[in-house]
Amino acid sequence: MMFSKSKRQALTQALEHVQIERRSPWADARRRFMKNRAAVVSLVLLGVIAFLIVVGPWVLPHNYEDTDWSALNLAPTWQGGHWFGTDDLGRDLMVRTLVGGRISFMVGILGTLVAVVIGVSWGAIAGFCGGKVDGLMMRFVDVMYALPFMLFAILLMTFFGRNLVLMFVALGAISWLDMARIVRGQTLSIKSKEFIEAARAIGVSRRAIIFRHIVPNLLGVVVVYATVTIPNVILTESVLSFLGLGVQEPMTSWGVLVQEGQQKMDAAPWTLLIPALFLSLTLYCANYVGDGLRDALDPKDR
Amino acid sequence: MTLLQVKNLGVCFSTHDGMVHAVNGLNFELEPGQTLGIVGESGSGKSQSVLAMMGLLANNGQASGEVLYQGENLLSMRARDLNRIRGDRLSMIFQDPMTSLNPYLTVERQMTEVLELHKHMPSRAAKTRAIELLEAVRIPDAARRISMYPHEFSGGMRQRVMIAMALLCEPEVLIADEPTTALDVTVQAQILTLLKELQRDFGTAIIMITHDLGVVAGLCDQVMVMYGGRVMEYASAESIFYRPSHPYTIGLLGALPRLDHQGETLTAIPGNPPNLANMPSGCPFAERCAYAFPRCNSELPVLISNPDDASVLRACHLKPAQLVPVGEIQHV
Repeated sequence: MMFSKSKRQALTQALEHVQIERRSPWADARRRFMKNRAAVVSLVLLGVIAFLIVVGPWVLPHNYEDTDWSALNLAPTWQGGHWFGTDDLGRDLMVRTLVGGRISFMVGILGTLVAVVIGVSWGAIAGFCGGKVDGLMMRFVDVMYALPFMLFAILLMTFFGRNLVLMFVALGAISWLDMARIVRGQTLSIKSKEFIEAARAIGVSRRAIIFRHIVPNLLGVVVVYATVTIPNVILTESVLSFLGLGVQEPMTSWGVLVQEGQQKMDAAPWTLLIPALFLSLTLYCANYVGDGLRDALDPKDR
Repeated sequence: MTLLQVKNLGVCFSTHDGMVHAVNGLNFELEPGQTLGIVGESGSGKSQSVLAMMGLLANNGQASGEVLYQGENLLSMRARDLNRIRGDRLSMIFQDPMTSLNPYLTVERQMTEVLELHKHMPSRAAKTRAIELLEAVRIPDAARRISMYPHEFSGGMRQRVMIAMALLCEPEVLIADEPTTALDVTVQAQILTLLKELQRDFGTAIIMITHDLGVVAGLCDQVMVMYGGRVMEYASAESIFYRPSHPYTIGLLGALPRLDHQGETLTAIPGNPPNLANMPSGCPFAERCAYAFPRCNSELPVLISNPDDASVLRACHLKPAQLVPVGEIQHV
């Protein structure tokens, strides 16, 4: 019996060292995000694009508005420093793509931020309060939906003059509507969960219930929907710019570049392909990162 | 002054089928350290009556009557004042521990929230206190466990977390809505022992809602038997078990499976509970009652004290002496 006794001792000793491992939720989320290869690759790509956009225009020898009369419609080449070629006015496409990226990134991120902040608060409050408040708030959303966006944007621009801030206002004004509807739906289902009742039973105020108990539960949906909103906002900006309501020449954005490139894609396909590549790569990556974030941030899934 | 006094509490819901009276004329008093059991079938109005007391009714629900906590009526109180009392002086444990904790917040956050809200404790002190309580409900390694998420706990542990949470502010009244229904038997026993010990240590009055008569026998001083939204019998636990004086109570006790009688068919009360939207004009139990006679269908019996034992309140047209023998209850 000596054997089993020593074995038992070893076991009790081993068990003493087994402790419940405590993991910080953020470290945990990071670990799971890192396991998702598509998301990590996308994040790295996004980082690279962001880095190029920020640093590129400073470092490159050309300026986004200077025309090079000796190199009109130049195809991508190693010579002369026009690596991405030039457009029909002889402007360096690489610098223009990167400068346009700054605008598109900014529009995408700020527009989505507006959508998230307004949409989540609006939807959560409407869903939680229910009844008349809900009805009124959601009818307002319906009215905003029914308003022709272009008319709204044109009115805004004609009354207040064209500027970038106003474009954000116009984009923000429409982008939160979908978010508000989605968040309201989710809130309705979360509201009836027992833990909300439990929170009420311990005397938590309505506002704290909405923002401390309901909003974190919306995180997954919001993150995913936000990553869908980014491309939408970027595309809407390009439409506005195309109509002459957004970014004005010589300033540019990816939407504008794609628009210009599409008009001469037979003669100079690179003017379409290169900005389009950047645009679609960014949109794809944003989607994958959003997917990865949703999975990583769900505490039930570990 | 009595700690908690419920006077003529009624709960009704406006639904598409009209008004549904879920609870009618509920009266009771609760003294510090006392345990009141409320038993009855599903849909008898047990849960709705306590939810009404806590101001937690669904939007279409309406409570009437009075719920006096130290002389203040909880039902007519402003939301802000009610929030000051809920969770502090009056707290509640819910039926399903799996869904009563917010899955996106750590246990620590959920527990300290209560203390910050009611005791205005700084977060570090609140955490220390929360760990103390988790230790009191015997969560092993509480200091470490506290920063975990609810899904990292088992069902029994979650229910203990809920109990710890309910006791954080040392409430005077603890309402437990079927706290052991979702748990397996061994954990049930632990939770009940725990409640008993905590009641001894903190002097809390408990309202225990259950459909498990075993729980009542082990824990309660007074028992209220509800059926169809009305109180059928209200007496001491001892009297309910040894001298049941209402046909429904007798039926409930008769339906308890006995481990010592092998091979017997289970006894059930025939029929189904009445539809609350369309209540009979007489006694709600008349349809299923083995002793029913014509008067039961036409006239609602009032809850009055038993002539034989004044401490027992019962709602039945028959005298207790007319109810024996019990064996007449049909076998299914």
